[in-house]
Amino acid sequence: MAGAKNHDYHILPPSITPLLGSFSALTMFFGMVMMFQPKVLGGYGSLVFGAGLIGVLYTFWTWWADVIREAHAGDHTPVVQLHLRYGMILFIASEVMFFVGWFWAWFDYSLFPVPLQVEIDHATHAFTVTNLIGQEGAAALEQWPPKGMQVFDAFSLPLLNTLILLCSGTTVTWAHHALIHGDRKGLINGLWLTIILGVIFSCVQAYEYSIAPFPFAGLNYGSAFFMATGFHGFHVIVGTIFLIVCLARAYKGHFTPTQHFGFEAAAWYWHFVDVVWLFLFVVVYVWGGWGAPVH
Amino acid sequence: MTTIAAHPADHHDHADHDHKPGFFARWFMSTNHKDIGTLYLIFAIFAGIIGGAISGMMRLELAAPGIQYLTGWASMMAGKEASLDEAYHMWNVLITAHGLIMVFFMVMPAIIGGFGNWFVPLMIGAPDMAFPRMNNISFWLTVVAFIMLLGSTFVPGGTGLGAGTGWTVYAPLSTSGSVGPAVDMAIFSLHLAGAASILGAVNFITTIFNMRAPGMTIHKMPLFVWSVLVTAFLLLLALPVLAAAITMLLVDRNFGGAFFDAAAGGDPILYQHLFWFFGHPEVYIMILPGFGIVSQIVATFSRKPVFGYLGMAYAMVAIGVVGFVVWAHHMFTIGMSVEMKMYFTAATMVIAVPTGIKIFSWIATMWGGSLSFKVPMVWALGFIFMFTVGGVTGVVLANGGVDDNLHDTYYVVAHFHYVLSLGAVFSLFAGFYYWFGKMSGRHLNEFLGHLHFWVFFIGVNVLFFPMHFLGNQGMPRRYPDYAEAYAHWNEVASIGYAIMGVGVLIFFVNVIWSLLAGRKAEGNYWGEGATTLEWTLSSPPPFHQFETLPVIK
Repeated sequence: MAGAKNHDYHILPPSITPLLGSFSALTMFFGMVMMFQPKVLGGYGSLVFGAGLIGVLYTFWTWWADVIREAHAGDHTPVVQLHLRYGMILFIASEVMFFVGWFWAWFDYSLFPVPLQVEIDHATHAFTVTNLIGQEGAAALEQWPPKGMQVFDAFSLPLLNTLILLCSGTTVTWAHHALIHGDRKGLINGLWLTIILGVIFSCVQAYEYSIAPFPFAGLNYGSAFFMATGFHGFHVIVGTIFLIVCLARAYKGHFTPTQHFGFEAAAWYWHFVDVVWLFLFVVVYVWGGWGAPVH
Repeated sequence: MTTIAAHPADHHDHADHDHKPGFFARWFMSTNHKDIGTLYLIFAIFAGIIGGAISGMMRLELAAPGIQYLTGWASMMAGKEASLDEAYHMWNVLITAHGLIMVFFMVMPAIIGGFGNWFVPLMIGAPDMAFPRMNNISFWLTVVAFIMLLGSTFVPGGTGLGAGTGWTVYAPLSTSGSVGPAVDMAIFSLHLAGAASILGAVNFITTIFNMRAPGMTIHKMPLFVWSVLVTAFLLLLALPVLAAAITMLLVDRNFGGAFFDAAAGGDPILYQHLFWFFGHPEVYIMILPGFGIVSQIVATFSRKPVFGYLGMAYAMVAIGVVGFVVWAHHMFTIGMSVEMKMYFTAATMVIAVPTGIKIFSWIATMWGGSLSFKVPMVWALGFIFMFTVGGVTGVVLANGGVDDNLHDTYYVVAHFHYVLSLGAVFSLFAGFYYWFGKMSGRHLNEFLGHLHFWVFFIGVNVLFFPMHFLGNQGMPRRYPDYAEAYAHWNEVASIGYAIMGVGVLIFFVNVIWSLLAGRKAEGNYWGEGATTLEWTLSSPPPFHQFETLPVIK
């Protein structure tokens, strides 16, 4: 019986990584609370947070290094690869629901606007927000975006970014097809292009943030805009890192035309990030900024 | 694929059949679904003791009108004389901790983490879960989430120590209303527990879809496996929305965000929508695996296959699907339009249909069966009876117009304790008595089990039934003090708590006695009625079961 495992499933040896990762996450989050509340919990929050973050990143590193090692050892039988596919798809499904929350906030504010009066001094960035609900003439102010604020021109930088991401979707598909046809050079070129496009996207987004004509704090439009696009941006960065890992693995020759789940997962993730952006572009930038003066 | 067995990291090239890792590796680095299930059960019992002790403090305070103990407890916590406001805050901390602990750290870890981990692979004939290492981080993330929550009670949270927001963490009480790190810690605790559950959900769905033994089609899966499958989908799709909502709370609290700040265009009602979009599926997350357990037990002790198997399975699917579109019945009093109330009333009542299918199918399973009233069966019958009571008051509360009157009264408290404390918890005890022998290799004492049932059954009914009366009389929930007129039934309820407490003590005596000196359990100790695959194995099963996959005809 023992040692005569008559199935293709993956039975794993014990691992310290989950325990390490969990307590690192605890440290990281507690460090974050310390950073939020330095007067109560002391001023060492960033140190605690940093220590936890290092632990979390180390966990990611060793965990996936183990997975790659196991793949090379032959543990990833067809059924185990199927598990990994299911796992990634389900993870992306949960990520979609995470973004549903942020879109929900956006639709709440935009479909049921409250009578806000925003005054922004664009020279000093000083602003005031007044909710005139219940006062005379308030109904005329029930509009979205709130009266008195400027928004980004959807057909300027956001459109450029849309094209960049769509383009990166095609280059990652190019890489995928090259991989399937055993063309490692094509795979590497496609990945390089995708990564470069991803980095350009993040840079454009960062530049856009730096010239935002509205504040993050103290205004529903700003909070919802920056958190929705910001979480998307965070996912772009994660996806870019994922693709960089794949590029390194492509150089090392880890992928074969028949077994390359790591690449597929990165590509799926990248397409997911792409689709979220399309929704952001349409809902937040185009529809959600419609009628407001542009910056 | 025979090369896998030669993988050097695989511990099973030893000749030893049941080779287990050493103590630390086995319990702190586990990749074994049964060991992780055991860890979850021990953790849930530990959390349940804390959550149960908190409800004891609450019943002690509520036993008579006026403030009896709160000021003293608040003073103990703060290490100085506490004001009345701090005492009231202490009350809020108690109700918050009780709710969060019982939901996230008792029921969910026990029923999904514990029984799900133990019996889903066994019942589908799989050697382990699809992602054994990820399984373990689900457990440890739950542990650190609990540490985070317990830690929050020792730091300032507004008027006193600890997070006093209620388990719903409504804004603006949880944003501008609670200054200090306690609420941040409680929110991060929910993030950690949520991440744990999402990873667990991914694991269960993948396992159930891909690791069923040859011949076990979806429509041959035991109902407990069905119930965990539906539950896992609810977890996967509901929890991320909560994560977004509580992240918005953090942004509002710490970065000047305006999500829920009406003065800056934010919308506190938005938080309620997001919370209950998660919160309503969450109540089915807690009860569906209980449905599964009860289905197994009723079939076993009726010595009949469950009546209307497909109807039972798809009733759970229907409950899961419809459960996503009824959330606003928790918010009837926000001032929503009549049309919205009508929709959410009607949609909520629709859920009574698949639930009724389940209740009647359990009864039809027993009809004409060869019944034996062993301890698990008694608990399952208690479940069916008590859950029906809670379900019926649920139909009452589903009416938007009626709920205008009953919202946030003790009637609601009575309702959800009938479906949880007498529903989910009864199914937990039923499952524990059903499978304890399988898990530990020892029989629980039958007499103590029956005694536990009757004492507990009487206790919880004395505890929670009077709350219907209190709610109908208008007693609001979440207050430590009340008018003289409510004194009688509150006193009765507190006596009920004491009776229930005795029942729990009997349970612990039974468990400890059985672990030390219980009769050895054979492989299938329930006899011919127990037909699922876990009964084909020894008790306890080998460290790695099904090294040759069973074939289902």
